[in-house]
Amino acid sequence: MQEAMINRAKQLLADGTVNRVIGWKRGEFVYDVTPAIFETAEELDAEFVYDDFTAANVSKYLVKESRKEGKILAFLKPCDTYSFNQLTKEHRVVRDNVYIIGIPGGPKLDAEKIKAKGITGILGAKNDNGTLVIDTLYGEEKMPYYEALSTKCESCKSKKHVVYDELIGEDGDVLESNRFDMVEKLENMSAQERYDFWREQLSKCIRCNACRNVCPACTCEKCVFDNPDSGVENKAPADSFEENMFHIIRAFHVAGRCTDCGECSRVCPQNIPLHLLNRKFIKDINSLYGNYQAGEDTTSRAPLNDYKTDDCEASIVHERGVE
Amino acid sequence: MLKISLDKLDELFEAISASQTLYIPADREDGSAEYRKYESGMKLSSALNTVRSAKDFFFPQTENLVDFKMEGKNIEVIDIRKESEDFVIFGVRACDARSFTILDKVFLAEPVDSYYKTRREHGTVVTMACTRPSETCFCGVFGIDATAPEGDAACWSDGESIFFEAHNDKGQKFIDSISSLLEEGDTAKLEETREKTRAILKKLPLAGLSTESFGGDRMMEHFNSEKWGELSESCLGCGTCTFVCPTCQCYDIKDFNTGHGIKRFRCWDSCMYSDFTKMAHGNPRLTQLERFRQRFMHKLVYFPANNNGEFGCVGCGRCLSKCPISMNIVKVMKALEVK
Amino acid sequence: MQVNENKEFEPLIVAFCCNWCSYAGADLSGTNRLNYPTNVKIIRVPCSCRVNPMFILRAFQRGADGVILCGCHPGDCHYTSGNYFTRRRMTLLFSMLDFLGIERDRTRVEWVSAAEGAKFAATMNEFTEAVKKLGPNRRLEDLRCRKQ
Repeated sequence: MQEAMINRAKQLLADGTVNRVIGWKRGEFVYDVTPAIFETAEELDAEFVYDDFTAANVSKYLVKESRKEGKILAFLKPCDTYSFNQLTKEHRVVRDNVYIIGIPGGPKLDAEKIKAKGITGILGAKNDNGTLVIDTLYGEEKMPYYEALSTKCESCKSKKHVVYDELIGEDGDVLESNRFDMVEKLENMSAQERYDFWREQLSKCIRCNACRNVCPACTCEKCVFDNPDSGVENKAPADSFEENMFHIIRAFHVAGRCTDCGECSRVCPQNIPLHLLNRKFIKDINSLYGNYQAGEDTTSRAPLNDYKTDDCEASIVHERGVE
Repeated sequence: MLKISLDKLDELFEAISASQTLYIPADREDGSAEYRKYESGMKLSSALNTVRSAKDFFFPQTENLVDFKMEGKNIEVIDIRKESEDFVIFGVRACDARSFTILDKVFLAEPVDSYYKTRREHGTVVTMACTRPSETCFCGVFGIDATAPEGDAACWSDGESIFFEAHNDKGQKFIDSISSLLEEGDTAKLEETREKTRAILKKLPLAGLSTESFGGDRMMEHFNSEKWGELSESCLGCGTCTFVCPTCQCYDIKDFNTGHGIKRFRCWDSCMYSDFTKMAHGNPRLTQLERFRQRFMHKLVYFPANNNGEFGCVGCGRCLSKCPISMNIVKVMKALEVK
Repeated sequence: MQVNENKEFEPLIVAFCCNWCSYAGADLSGTNRLNYPTNVKIIRVPCSCRVNPMFILRAFQRGADGVILCGCHPGDCHYTSGNYFTRRRMTLLFSMLDFLGIERDRTRVEWVSAAEGAKFAATMNEFTEAVKKLGPNRRLEDLRCRKQ
């Protein structure tokens, strides 16, 4: 697949359809790939990589890149295409300046999951029929391949590319996923248990803003949390209120626009399951206002930009879930 | 050397925490480690290092500096500092221990930062040597020996016992306070363990990195390098690297209006943020490239130039694992290296 | 936290009232001499959809124990469709607060028209009682803002 991608990219560069390519670049170890821009065939040959560890969603970079001179080639996995479509709907990317090649999706691996097993000194990792064989400084280690999956890939919602100019490989289908299981589990706990769970998770937050900066739906030029005039600008999670507020407000600002790409949880240095907050909003929207998948198309109105005269009342919160 | 058997570690922690607050690295359910205040039953983490570095103890993320109360036109200034109590941080690795030396150069130089100084005086750092370095470690590049950490007192594990050694008066006071639990021990097995670790340190993928191309001499050459564009192109400007880094020390001072007074506090800031470093005339670094370049120039060029060749990085490897897009100081060093 | 003469806890309630319907309703309850508790502090907004989730959180941060939003009845919004957006927005926000473990009875949306003075007073009385039972707001509190 990597070969096919590099060859096609070289062809498109050579015939002038695009003048640069956005993809992923090899790192020091097998698992650290960095999103990068390639301008020549030589660069592609030397550094372009596409493998089990290229989980990063590149659609956010296209907000700036599509405004530069010339067309850029972007390789998008199915989940990335949803983000791109949502950005097109919000006029944040210039669709005409991007040439999209849809590529098969994951599952992608997360090095943090390997390290969480106590495996250290990682030099290489290969999938051997469902077992991940890891070459380390301390000898060979093995673990089930599926335990190393990135959290977002554990409940993949779709292998369908919703936008592309051409495809490498087959297009897939929307899947029945179990992505709301954990949300439901939390809903069925008592309020005190939920409060304790979230206090434990959110107290780890260091306000590094990685979740906000990597999120394709967070594209405000000046974020409300960076704006001294907004009254909520604060650089540090000074106390429990600040921790709660940042995450409630961020999840709310992307509610209805979040495509559930899972990047927020992947990048959190403290492993806070932020995707649960966004999935809670998606689950509520689906059950109260009709199934809606952000990024599925570029014309429908987002649920919070829309209304029906017979929407349910806010008191419905008292009738659902567990007190 | 004085030692204690590993299975008596709980007794040791109980004894230390009986007279002072004790912090040890403890495991979380997701497999990572963090420093926690010791409570009976807590186990020492088996992880190599914590996610947040030990600088939190001397330079916390938020610290109240002073309170103000307004009565008409009178402002009352309230010093909210309480007498600090003594505390012990156990299990600090060699890399984090060296970071204290670097932070001391910044905060204990004139004018002395009294908040940092008080915490530093009350804290006893007990370091622990590493036995299973990870592929992201490169402390050796900066002259740090993972098998011989600094700190007020140091300890080593040989798999069966932990051996202690004091490095200064504070460390000696610490060892004296637990001496009833220690006994003299033979260090033969320990030396074997240390040799094994040294062998692994030599084989680490990043062991070959060199700091020769860096330091104050090549300032303009590095500043004007064409490589910065490529290096910074995917940087998200999130600030994760600065927050997990044990040597980053930038902070902002802010006033918080509580509704019945003002709390002036300081909090960590990040040179990666878009409003760093806004001054009266505006922001001198408007592009991510300039901010990205600033961070690495500071660590590799400006800091050593101002501090007798001491680099601003300790090779802990946290930025290698935690950057969302896997950019880090190692990649910068390799790109800018002058062969 | 405020206490009354009996040393009982008295909640601080913030009520966002839309200018055209619910604020006029509040006025009407006043002219009709209908009592509602002094715990309620009214903030007048042009339309209930002016209320940003950040306002609700800020009210809790600064000492409120309960927050209620009052607006025109759906279909009767002075600006035609504002309250429809309020309804969706607040439903999702309250559901999220519930998800984080904040007590449900601390927040409410109520539709009060300009002619419903009695309903306004009754709603405020009921809401204040409900929040009083819950006690002071500790889960969404900002300790720095607590009066010592």
